[in-house]
Amino acid sequence: MRGPDLAGLAGPVVMTVFSLAVLIPFASLLLAALNPPGTVVSGLSWPAHPTLRTFGAAWSAAGFGTLLRNSAVVVLGVVPLALFCATLAGFAFATMEFRGRGALFAFLLLGLTLPYEAAVVPLYYDLRDLGLTDTPLALVLALVGLFMPFGAFWMRQQFLALPAELVEAAALDGAGSWTVLWRVLVPCCRPALTTLGLLYTLWGWNQFLLALVLIQDPAKRTAPAGLGFFVGAHSVDVPMLAAATLIVITPVLLLHLFFQRHFLSGMLAGAVKG
Amino acid sequence: MSLPTARALRRHRSGTAPRRRPIAYLYLAPALLAYTAFVALPWLHTIWLSLFTWDGVTLGTWAGLGNYRQVLSDPTMLAALEHALGFVLFFALLPVAVGLLLAAVTGGRGGRRYRVARTVLFLPQVVPLVAVGVVWRWMYAQDGTVNQALRAVGLGSLTRAWLGDFTWAYVAVGAVGTWVMTGLCLVVFQAGIQKIDTSLYEAARLDGAGPVQEFRAVTLPGLRAEIRVALTVTVIAALAGFDVVYVTTGGGPGNSTVVPGVLIYRLAFTDGQVGAACALAVALSTLICLVVLAISRLTREKP
Repeated sequence: MRGPDLAGLAGPVVMTVFSLAVLIPFASLLLAALNPPGTVVSGLSWPAHPTLRTFGAAWSAAGFGTLLRNSAVVVLGVVPLALFCATLAGFAFATMEFRGRGALFAFLLLGLTLPYEAAVVPLYYDLRDLGLTDTPLALVLALVGLFMPFGAFWMRQQFLALPAELVEAAALDGAGSWTVLWRVLVPCCRPALTTLGLLYTLWGWNQFLLALVLIQDPAKRTAPAGLGFFVGAHSVDVPMLAAATLIVITPVLLLHLFFQRHFLSGMLAGAVKG
Repeated sequence: MSLPTARALRRHRSGTAPRRRPIAYLYLAPALLAYTAFVALPWLHTIWLSLFTWDGVTLGTWAGLGNYRQVLSDPTMLAALEHALGFVLFFALLPVAVGLLLAAVTGGRGGRRYRVARTVLFLPQVVPLVAVGVVWRWMYAQDGTVNQALRAVGLGSLTRAWLGDFTWAYVAVGAVGTWVMTGLCLVVFQAGIQKIDTSLYEAARLDGAGPVQEFRAVTLPGLRAEIRVALTVTVIAALAGFDVVYVTTGGGPGNSTVVPGVLIYRLAFTDGQVGAACALAVALSTLICLVVLAISRLTREKP
């Protein structure tokens, strides 16, 4: 089975077949979006009257200008804040000794298994009482909380992988822990921070349930939530739906294409070390 | 997951004696505050709310364990939990099995070479699941690509509106899960196989092991960590899924594809049964914790 000839052939065949299985649905979507709005599309087929008009129509019908901007606001709020908190926590867990460390870490890791459906109902009522629902801040705060277990775990791994002498040497020079963290450790972990930032961007952008629940004002919705509502309103207009979907996924697709190395290594390493 | 203390302690002991650093709590404060306020406390609040009958507007009344009795007796609730467990087959077992088999066949070579293919295989992981849902709504439609493919191979009699079919909608939604997860599993396992010492394979072959024995004796044990992670991630996705079902079928037709995530949302935000929704949420969390524990037991390093 692992003989060179068979395996040499099996690799390309398997990878090609699976790539096609992934690409065909996306190709169907793209071709459908090239039809004028309202066209009855039949499967994977070249459009009879190819046009880009549908993208414009979907853009204005769903108000994507606003939706994409709302999503961007959420992501720009979440990512720096979550990175900052995760870095501090990972630093403490990796380099410091304190009472309750194991328990606190376990408490945090519990968040990796808890489904967020289980917290979303009271979260909505609590944030509503604070007057925060229908604001980007609600989503930002909830996401930062949700992102802490993975982030603290990830940063701790990165700091532990650095030689302990690095911290000790800096401490001997009289540097305080704050200086050690930002002048010594963080510069060594830049690629890992980039990866974590990209993952946070992706997860923040893609978040659906929380966005749906916490932001119900149509003018403040995020792009995926807007797409969810768009599906309800245009369920039979395939070209419009397809164009709207492509608009929502384009930013993450570009991010994935530009930073694929980070995504692959982040998802593989981050996951497997768990 | 094992607790982190052992390694760090050893590291500390190699240097100076362990010194307690109260400043650590300051570093932890922002992360723990955010996590406690927006994840842990709401979750405890869920448990509390699950003991009440509450419509979300008027004053709630104490219900004791009444909502839990409803979870265990209401046909829709039970159907949702059953569907979630059934999705484990589609989201977790099938992708892991297929991924393992194909990773063994490609021998990890796929991992190093096919950068383009790996990027493509990760696409379903990268795009929002809402978008995945919309894509497959269209794939499964009467005029969609799935029926087109069936007609093309002479199986035109099987065509149907898949997501509107009481028998097939569930399988159709499950297959979307398989589509999302298989690429991830394949890539994870290929990367894992590359890390297995090739001398183990040589030794197995010298001992006269065939491909199947080699797979069982070398590949499977070598991928233990990857299998655990892949199973954990995919099983959680199966049990806690919301986006795909919400967009493709909304739980229908009837309740034939309803899952806990969708039912919790529906009960709490449209049916005014917040207590019941919370009881279901607690049941779901318990189920997930048990399954994740079982996975880590089953894939634990044997002594």
